[in-house]
Amino acid sequence: MHLALRIARRTGVFVVSLLGASLLIFLLTNALPGDVAQVLLGTDATPEAVAQLRAQLGLDRPLPMQYFSWLGGILVGDFGRSHLSGLPVLALLAPRIAVTLWLVLFGVIGSLLIAVPAGMVAALKRRSWPGFTISAAAQLGMAVPVFWGGILLVMVFAVWLHWLPANGYVSLATNPEQWAAHLVLPSLTLALVQAAVLIRYVRSAFIEVLNEDYYRTARSIGWTPMRALFRHGIRNASISLVTVLGLQVSTVLVGAIVVESVFTLPGLGSLLLTAVNQRDLLVVQGTVMFLVLAVLAISALVDLSYLLIDPRQAAASEQGEGSA
Amino acid sequence: MKRAQLITGLVLVAAVLVTAVVAVFWTPFDPLRVVAGQRLLAPGWPHVLGTDGFGIDIASRLMVGARTILLVGIISVGVAAVVGVPLGMLAGQAGGWVDEVVMRVSDVVYAFPALLLAMLLAAIYGGSTVTAMVAIGVASIPAFARVARAGALQVMASDFVLAAKSSGTSRWGVARRHVLPNIAPLIGVQASVGFAMAILAEAALSYLGLATPRPNPTWGNMLRDAQNFLFVAPLQALWPGLAIALAVLGFNLLGDGLRDYLDPRLREVP
Repeated sequence: MHLALRIARRTGVFVVSLLGASLLIFLLTNALPGDVAQVLLGTDATPEAVAQLRAQLGLDRPLPMQYFSWLGGILVGDFGRSHLSGLPVLALLAPRIAVTLWLVLFGVIGSLLIAVPAGMVAALKRRSWPGFTISAAAQLGMAVPVFWGGILLVMVFAVWLHWLPANGYVSLATNPEQWAAHLVLPSLTLALVQAAVLIRYVRSAFIEVLNEDYYRTARSIGWTPMRALFRHGIRNASISLVTVLGLQVSTVLVGAIVVESVFTLPGLGSLLLTAVNQRDLLVVQGTVMFLVLAVLAISALVDLSYLLIDPRQAAASEQGEGSA
Repeated sequence: MKRAQLITGLVLVAAVLVTAVVAVFWTPFDPLRVVAGQRLLAPGWPHVLGTDGFGIDIASRLMVGARTILLVGIISVGVAAVVGVPLGMLAGQAGGWVDEVVMRVSDVVYAFPALLLAMLLAAIYGGSTVTAMVAIGVASIPAFARVARAGALQVMASDFVLAAKSSGTSRWGVARRHVLPNIAPLIGVQASVGFAMAILAEAALSYLGLATPRPNPTWGNMLRDAQNFLFVAPLQALWPGLAIALAVLGFNLLGDGLRDYLDPRLREVP
């Protein structure tokens, strides 16, 4: 299949998934038993008040009409409006996106900084104790719930050593030093948990490289295993790493939401949690839609970049060998 | 090495099961009754793991927590398997547009983490054990569908299915007599790994207050409570986390061990 066609197809899949996801979110909030207006007003609201709010929110219209007007709003950036504060969801999200983005960014970078060297050693020394130790540590790390990991780090670095703050957030503009200090433990939490998952993939990617001819050639002209792996292995391993990271987007996001709660960071996760507890249904609906949109968009971009980065993929496309 | 992993997994899983069953009939102390005079006791006797901020025996609460997590795991993994496996088999056997539709829908659900589903449900109904089970169950369907589809595709390409089809066995007959028995081990492995995922998800949800509400103990909400006393009684934040990690490790090792045990080709590979 031609490259352009594959890009078009992947974009099509993105649009279809987005429609499917929006339908799912809409049906969950609107079609299940349990009335949106009743939820917003609480159980002690009078039937008249509920009916009035239903009319005001347009909930008395047929479901398909409600869905399309909601979807139409999202397409022009209207994710709904908070019932409690009256503010648009996007205005509530805007000041918090940066916090979550920093956390995710540092978390992913940190996980790569841990997982790539560890996975490399695990591959090279896979038949001796360093390899076993790293694999066992990764297996253990995968069993640690992200919030407990955060609590343990707080116990060591905040309660015991007093090196870092246990929770809270200071914006970058206010005080860069404090900003960094408040992001270290949350990012490290996310990075460690994510690294435990990645190590396995890095390890098997590098084991594959060890069996390649170009690796053997590099070794036979006298390169050390480390040098051969660094010069040739990283690029090859990075392809599978990008794929895995693409599949892990939603896991990382969920991790970030939970980590925000552990460290009381004012990000998207804490906004969602507050909205859930206040039963501000439209904010929850809008924010979830926003997050799912972000997840789908990032996985589509990862897939596309993978298509463009890997020359073999592109070549396969040109020759019509690639399978979508 | 592989054998040791499988056995460790079995032992850990058995420990969780036994604890949960015992907790149905007996716990050392009442896991709900607040005792004012004995808050935040250190581990000792008779409170082996100490008491929490309400003066309740931590060991008893951990035991009841095992019960909850097992219940949520069994129901959500069960629902996911019962819905996901037939869908995956259908996709794998039918192929064509049926396959395309089932897998696209599955991809959409896959983009939905259990946490976001649980938040939507909790916003409408309030967080409870049931909303957690539904959210985790629905979010786990795609994994079962994928495993069943991949298995079905493999079985459908085999000679014995060709023979069965050419001797006039119906699609339903092929599914029941050939596909299902052959993919059952794969489903078993997925169930074990899925159980580990369900435990992690339930713990996270109850930590965030989106699952079983207080005063009923879960490992997640115990950790949330323990976090308030981190500077006074740090040990409290150790036990529930350890329980979660060991249970998850157990089901993961069991799943991995089963996979290797069932696939002889993998046995020699280090």
